[in-house]
Amino acid sequence: MTTETLSTTLDQSLLYPSPLKEFWQAFAHNKGAVAGLAFMILLVICALFAPWIAPHDPSEQYREFLLTPPAWLEGGQLQFLLGTDEVGRDLLSRLIHGARLSLLIGLASVLMSLIPGILLGLVAGFFPRLLGPSIMRLMDIMLALPSLLLAVAIVAILGPGLVNTIFAIAIVSLPSYVRLTRAAVMGELNRDYVTAARLAGASLPRLMFITVLPNCMAPLIVQATLSFSSAILDAAALGFLGLGVQPPTPEWGTMLASARDYIERAWWVVSLPGLTILLSVLAINLMGDGLRDALDPKLKNAQ
Amino acid sequence: MRKNAVIQALLAAGLIASTPLASAAGNLVFCSEGSPAGFDPGLYTTGTDFDAAAETVFNRLSQFERGGTKVIPGLAEKWDISEDGLSYTFHLRPKVKFHTAEYFKPSRDFNADDVLFTFQRMLDKDHPFRKAYPSEFPYFTDMGMDANIAKIEKLDDMTVKFSLNEVDAAFIQNLAMSFASIQSAEYADSLLKAGKAADINQKPIGTGPFVFSRYQKDAVIRFKGNKEYWQPDEVKIDNLIFAINTDASVRMQKLKAGECQVTLFPRPADLDALKKDPNLDMPEQAGFNVGYIAYNVTHPPFDKLEVRQALDMAVNKQGIIDAVYQSAGQLAVNGMPPTQWSYDDSIKDPAYNPEKAKELLKAAGIKEGTEITLWAMPVQRPYNPNAKLMAEMLQSDWAKVGIKAKIVSYEWGEYLKRAKAGEHDAMLIGWSGDNGDPDNWLGTLYGCDAVDGNNFSKWCYADYDKLVKAAKRVTNTTERTELYKQAQVILKREVPITPIAHSTVYQPMSKKVVDFKISPFALNSFYGVGVK
Amino acid sequence: MLSFIARRLLLLIPTFFGVTLLTFALIRMIPGDPVEVMMGERRVDPVMHADAMERLGLNKPLYAQYFDYIGQLAQGDLGQSLRTRESVWSEFLTLFPATVELALAALLFAGTLGLVAGVIAALKRGSLFDHGVMGISLAGYSMPIFWWGLLLIMFFSVWLGWTPVSGRIDLLYDIPPVTGFMLIDTLLSGEEGAFVDALRHLILPAIVLGTIPLAVIARMTRSAMLEVLREDYVRTARAKGLSPARVVFVHGLRNALIPVLTVFGLQVGALLAGAVLTETIFSWPGIGKWLIESIGARDYPVVQNGILLIACLVILVNFVVDILYGLANPRIRHQR
Repeated sequence: MTTETLSTTLDQSLLYPSPLKEFWQAFAHNKGAVAGLAFMILLVICALFAPWIAPHDPSEQYREFLLTPPAWLEGGQLQFLLGTDEVGRDLLSRLIHGARLSLLIGLASVLMSLIPGILLGLVAGFFPRLLGPSIMRLMDIMLALPSLLLAVAIVAILGPGLVNTIFAIAIVSLPSYVRLTRAAVMGELNRDYVTAARLAGASLPRLMFITVLPNCMAPLIVQATLSFSSAILDAAALGFLGLGVQPPTPEWGTMLASARDYIERAWWVVSLPGLTILLSVLAINLMGDGLRDALDPKLKNAQ
Repeated sequence: MRKNAVIQALLAAGLIASTPLASAAGNLVFCSEGSPAGFDPGLYTTGTDFDAAAETVFNRLSQFERGGTKVIPGLAEKWDISEDGLSYTFHLRPKVKFHTAEYFKPSRDFNADDVLFTFQRMLDKDHPFRKAYPSEFPYFTDMGMDANIAKIEKLDDMTVKFSLNEVDAAFIQNLAMSFASIQSAEYADSLLKAGKAADINQKPIGTGPFVFSRYQKDAVIRFKGNKEYWQPDEVKIDNLIFAINTDASVRMQKLKAGECQVTLFPRPADLDALKKDPNLDMPEQAGFNVGYIAYNVTHPPFDKLEVRQALDMAVNKQGIIDAVYQSAGQLAVNGMPPTQWSYDDSIKDPAYNPEKAKELLKAAGIKEGTEITLWAMPVQRPYNPNAKLMAEMLQSDWAKVGIKAKIVSYEWGEYLKRAKAGEHDAMLIGWSGDNGDPDNWLGTLYGCDAVDGNNFSKWCYADYDKLVKAAKRVTNTTERTELYKQAQVILKREVPITPIAHSTVYQPMSKKVVDFKISPFALNSFYGVGVK
Repeated sequence: MLSFIARRLLLLIPTFFGVTLLTFALIRMIPGDPVEVMMGERRVDPVMHADAMERLGLNKPLYAQYFDYIGQLAQGDLGQSLRTRESVWSEFLTLFPATVELALAALLFAGTLGLVAGVIAALKRGSLFDHGVMGISLAGYSMPIFWWGLLLIMFFSVWLGWTPVSGRIDLLYDIPPVTGFMLIDTLLSGEEGAFVDALRHLILPAIVLGTIPLAVIARMTRSAMLEVLREDYVRTARAKGLSPARVVFVHGLRNALIPVLTVFGLQVGALLAGAVLTETIFSWPGIGKWLIESIGARDYPVVQNGILLIACLVILVNFVVDILYGLANPRIRHQR
């Protein structure tokens, strides 16, 4: 028995740790990040299997159970664990289905700004004479407008709704990706390996996407996590202003906005969606911190 | 114990000092719902604008009785109507004074010139004042006054004669509406001379019970009681203050905290708590409005009567009233409220019956899963506190009979424009009465003349239209009532609309407020109101 | 140094024109019709509609409208609100001080608390306090502030009754607007208790608006401080035997403030965005609420020029921060 244990330990110490394992060790070192990850996994499971997990249809209105309090309170019903809203819809089911929507908005808007953001950033970095500055000016212009106002204006143009909310949030978060990618690219361009690749006759696309981009990914991944959480917040804010996803779709911010009317009578319809938003955003931010520490030790204390 | 110590420490620091002057007699704070666009009532159409100017600073020739739809003399002491109903002679009230303010001192009393100025400016596009301050007068135009007034003459200093092109049974009522507020010709002249014509909309001068003092956008409007008002006992408040708060929950919280004494538009959800509060009164009145579903009869499947009937009876109205109106609504049967004279109370609503609705749809050859659009207003209106919620409930009601409704919403202006153009299948909309005349519902909303405008069902039915048009040309009330009752029967039979509810108007206020009356036109007037 | 400033200034010109074009285009793309909004359910008389559109200058082709707009701007004219017919500039002037007052109060709250918490957390790295500050600030950073505002109102105003529900001052005080800053105006008015009342109205909104900046500043200060404390000059100062307080505040904090300062700059845009929500919740008569409502009413000149003014403000603040940063850090000045 003892020899066996000994040999495995020896074996491991001889091996060079795989990058994935190394990453995980660094990540797991941060307890908050692990807690965030756990909550996120829970959320993702909820989102993926919402129709099976949720006890009720989120749009089914139990008209005889308007504003039922959560089960543990007086007057609560066991079948409505977290109570019901103003038309008798089960709050828990709506929150679970809302996870779908919030994650979808987060994911879609991150992708929709990450990809064009990286492209524009690469172009801006590779063409520092004319194209680069013009792109950066454009981004400066967008940054000069407060993001929420810009998002409101975009939604006002496109009309409220799920797709348009995603679109508005994606546009608003575009400039930060462009700036970040460009800065990272500018940093890498002077490195020897890039010069070497150039001299070896690598084509421009190859230089951009295969040589330089992979080395710029760390800060971008961190930024993507952070903007994932701010996308959820922005979507909720738009929903709160009545401009987000339209009912009966259960989006957390929209739920909060329509629940505002009942704040004195039914605290649960107001506090629970808000709390869910807070916890999810917090979980993502915790994960983001862990990711940053794990991916890029240099950045550890930078921000 | 420790909590008390904390409070005392804070008190000492002056941080939670008790509110000063909060209820000093003679001051009344009204928590209003928005900033007025301006103070010239002729230019505007909403209650927010009218409350801030027409009901405080101005008077009209005839006026609505406080809290009613009855018309009583205002700046005109009395009027004569000619035999043919085409000319109206007004005898003006003597010794009425315009306000004296920092920016204007009147040199004469109110007279016929002021009436002429007020109406000529609205009628004549080339009026010098209108040249100096280009404006439209939408409400005046909307009520058809520009087309119908043929001539206004000054017979003497205190007598004015209006000549009409056609008989209009509601003419006197129309003159009592806010847009017809009487301006001072002398003030207008002085503004014109000073090249500051635009000030008429920022610094109003009228004859009304309150004198305009100061306005800070999105925060406050201040008025002083008019010491020279022609009905001195109607002015019981020294300082009338409008505290502007767009958010309903904030208004209610301020009222409870004693930061204001009267407010309006409580949300249905707050009603219970407000009723229980021992310091508050909550008078209520059956709303002079109707919220309804308009079916676009030019779009299939709503061109078929059976479909309209089926969807009509598939609506669980009581459920909607409980959830959307939180029981602060009255189930609507006809296209106008029961408080409107000539309302036909013999008409009954078909029972809620999804089974029969299904059969009707089947008979009409409508497949299960047929898709329609259901438009929901993006805004809260007096007749519908929550259109989105109502649409969600209708969606679920109609799903039960196999109709899939897709909820559509646009920005409010866009919504109206597209709806007036008839792009919808079914839509939520409604109306609040303007002048207390039946034609303001039955003609304005469902008549043929309005199919390109606010007849949102695009429903033009010859038999119905004939009755409504005839009723407008008759001055005898009994005869008119008979015609309008027949029209209501047809309206019910043809189902261009499903009336949902007449929302009840609640006006929460402090028990210290004396003799406030709710206006059926949703106006807030503070003359005659006192504070204990 | 001067050429550095000049270079930065030159860069502002295209940005400014870009912003005018962007706001103009954005606003014109918004569907809707101001006349329809005003008329509501009522009939819209076509002649009246045409007259109104002509008076408002909305019947011209778009490019002509844009040139009119630039022409007006060149004369310093920001146009008139379609709805109230007041000049946009004067509306902005009456509402802007309210927002500035709120934002300054929020920054004051966030700045002092954030700096103190960040410095202490850095000095006691790894302690319970450090973990507490970091945890709370991360939560603050993740806070949906509209919800936070509602909770605070419920607790402090409705339940405890300690603070007023909304607004800037009890309206029974008739305070003439001299500067537009309520705290100053109440002092000028000399009315007893008015200043304290204005202060009580300011507390909750300032806390709500300051929450996110507070979190950012605390985290930023902590990490900047940690970085600085590791630097040689701090070690030297310590070795010289200077008092710990002197080391921390004179040598440490002053240098740690540079990155914190940039964050302050970046927070201006975020503050204005937060102001939109905070003003909506607390009925605070400022520009955030004004713009949101104007977008709803399709009040083109207000939205266009209001956003333009805000954008100019953001650009200006970032410019000043840039210059200050350049002053503090010569390496940046000579780049590019």
